[in-house]
Amino acid sequence: MTRRTTASRRRSLAAVAGGASLALLLAACGDPDGEGGVAEPDDMGGDMESSIDCAAYDEFGDLEGTTVNIYTSIVEPEQQTQEDSYDAFEECTGVEVVYEGSREFEAQLLVRIQAGNAPDIAYLPQPGLLNTIVSDYPDAIVPAPDATVANVDEFFSETWKDYGTVDGTFYSAPLGANAKSFVWYSPSMFADAGYEVPQTWTEMLDLTETIASEQETLPWCVGVESGDATGWAGTDWIEDVVLRTAGPDVYEQWYTHEIPFNDPQIVEAFDAAGEILKNPDYVNAGLGGVDSIATTPWTDAGFPILDGNCWMHRAANFYQTQWPSGTEVSESGDVFAFYLPTDQTDVKPVLGGGEFVAAFDERPEVQAFQTYLSSADWANEKALATPEGGWVSANTGLDPANLQTEFDQLAYETISDEAAVVAFDASDLMPGEVGAGTFWTGIVNWVTGSSTQEVVDRIENSWP
Amino acid sequence: MTSTPTPLPSHAVDKETAPEKPRKMSRAERRAIAARGKLSSPWASGIAILIAILWTIPSVGLLITSFRPETVIRNSGWWTVFGNIASGEAEFTVDNYNQALYGNSSNLSTFFVNSFVITIPAVIIPITLALLAAYAFAWIPFKGRNFLFVAVFSLQVVPLQVALVPLLSNYNDWGIGGSFWTVWFSHSIFALPLAIFLLHNFMKDIPPSLVEAARVDGAGHVKIFFRVLFPLLVPAIASFGIFQFLWVWNDLLVGLTFAARPYQPMTVAVAELAGSRGGDWHLLTAGAFISMVVPLVVFIALQRYFVRGMLAGAVKG
Repeated sequence: MTRRTTASRRRSLAAVAGGASLALLLAACGDPDGEGGVAEPDDMGGDMESSIDCAAYDEFGDLEGTTVNIYTSIVEPEQQTQEDSYDAFEECTGVEVVYEGSREFEAQLLVRIQAGNAPDIAYLPQPGLLNTIVSDYPDAIVPAPDATVANVDEFFSETWKDYGTVDGTFYSAPLGANAKSFVWYSPSMFADAGYEVPQTWTEMLDLTETIASEQETLPWCVGVESGDATGWAGTDWIEDVVLRTAGPDVYEQWYTHEIPFNDPQIVEAFDAAGEILKNPDYVNAGLGGVDSIATTPWTDAGFPILDGNCWMHRAANFYQTQWPSGTEVSESGDVFAFYLPTDQTDVKPVLGGGEFVAAFDERPEVQAFQTYLSSADWANEKALATPEGGWVSANTGLDPANLQTEFDQLAYETISDEAAVVAFDASDLMPGEVGAGTFWTGIVNWVTGSSTQEVVDRIENSWP
Repeated sequence: MTSTPTPLPSHAVDKETAPEKPRKMSRAERRAIAARGKLSSPWASGIAILIAILWTIPSVGLLITSFRPETVIRNSGWWTVFGNIASGEAEFTVDNYNQALYGNSSNLSTFFVNSFVITIPAVIIPITLALLAAYAFAWIPFKGRNFLFVAVFSLQVVPLQVALVPLLSNYNDWGIGGSFWTVWFSHSIFALPLAIFLLHNFMKDIPPSLVEAARVDGAGHVKIFFRVLFPLLVPAIASFGIFQFLWVWNDLLVGLTFAARPYQPMTVAVAELAGSRGGDWHLLTAGAFISMVVPLVVFIALQRYFVRGMLAGAVKG
């Protein structure tokens, strides 16, 4: 009897203890507003205080203590510079901006909208996604407030405003911009060999030919591997060439499908790109044969330039941040870039991209933040907060002197040039089945041996 | 109440101590002997070792890569390390681990804690509920028991993905959206059908005479459960616990979809390591190893339960 009592008492004590510790654990962890988890970085001291004019946000009333949630595909290392650029706004208004970045953004955003917990603000990486959201969830997304519209009218060109407009309603102000028409090279290699930066497409092909005959190394290095998005880097190549051989008007007809994907003008552009990309005498410098294009990560494809094994690598402005740490990006440094030249005399086409700010709530703090993001103040703050570079905006209020690297200033000059025609990345504007599907796989087939005609026919057939 | 240790259901032992008298072996026994012969042949051992090596190569490659400097990772394969060691040129570094753990504002160390906070309740809750349900299904006769059991069991075929959006909108309506509760609930919901099925089968395996004897002695359901069944169920509970632990620890989808940023598990953070445009992929190997350590320890420490418990629960349907 005694034994039994002790045993059962011990057991019940154990059960009580176990239950209590579980309860404690649940209580400690279940608090959704708790301060556990990721610590917010402290404000960067008082040195940024009132660096902007706070009066612009007076019309939104007292916003002290409110919160704005943003959701985006921009994660580290760019996340920190984004967050830093909001400090001025937070100090002006007292609004707390909560940042959440995810690489699964595009899928998760739609899930959240469907489930009814859309973020206050999302940065859409392409206008196509905006169209999808407006047509599928018209109740979730809200048009841009008047103050934002006024900013966009003042600081952005009509083209950029159009990308954020669906059926005549303006939803999304542009945020950052990408300029993709650049060729990276080593200034010192060019100087040592006595080569000049080419000014026209023909000059560039001549230079390529010269390098191929004079040098032991091949002129171009290219890579399009990018996990489940393999091929996109190659679509940029083609798009850049379409802009140069067929012109911006045909380019627009191409992505709107007014002309078929296998139109002779597009075939011509593929073949013009193929003169470089499919020529074993020109590619793939330091990396292998022509078919190594498909298997080389786009992030690493330019690295042979650093070892002196490759002369030219076409990549976007954001490639600047891909160089290994310690690489000096400047005209007198290890690598720099020149504008991918064209034989056109009237226009300078620039293949571009960018993010757009979509709002899913009409609270005054959300509208105030939208307005801030579309202002020249933000563009300048962001430029100052990005010491490593790799960021530009199409905002005309941006003072180029605030851009922290020589290359970013070149990128800004390029997109704001008088003759520049900024054409949005066509694969982002085409239907997803093509722009994020057969166009990508088509590129892989093309560089691994399929003929141009086969590839464009197959892509045309897949157009929904 | 008897205080003698409960006899284990060990038919095999009984048979071996059976009279020496030569007797006809049953078919099952002949098959077992044949199988034993096959398994212990040198060929079979060779193949088993070969498969083990082949299956380990990717992990070894991952481990080696995680200790190599970034530029070397980008320029050559991990297998070149052996040649380099021979020539004394091999370079190793813990930079990748440093950067993955403390490198930026979303460093892995905070998410590591989150993973524990998510995993432990998400293992305890379904096991507790499933034990109660399994006991009822196994030993309490009530109307519609079989139908209900089949219904619960068949819930296993419902894929997790179809429940994501409805669950998420419900959580938001209840005002718990984004918190740890959503992850605990979701994991418990998705685990229960299998947990009930496994534990029920294991409980049914226990000789009814034990339960009847206890009942004759005047024990109620609670006493039978805790004094008779529970000690026998330890291997099954442990095996399901490991199973659920590994599943929850490695889960990305539930954590990504339901939890808000400060409550997300480490798998989500590892997925973000590569950076906006995938440029930092050299950190993934280190991230993968950091997240692998805990399940590896759990599995190795408890694997004998894992094998025993899984067989006990699943073989007898």
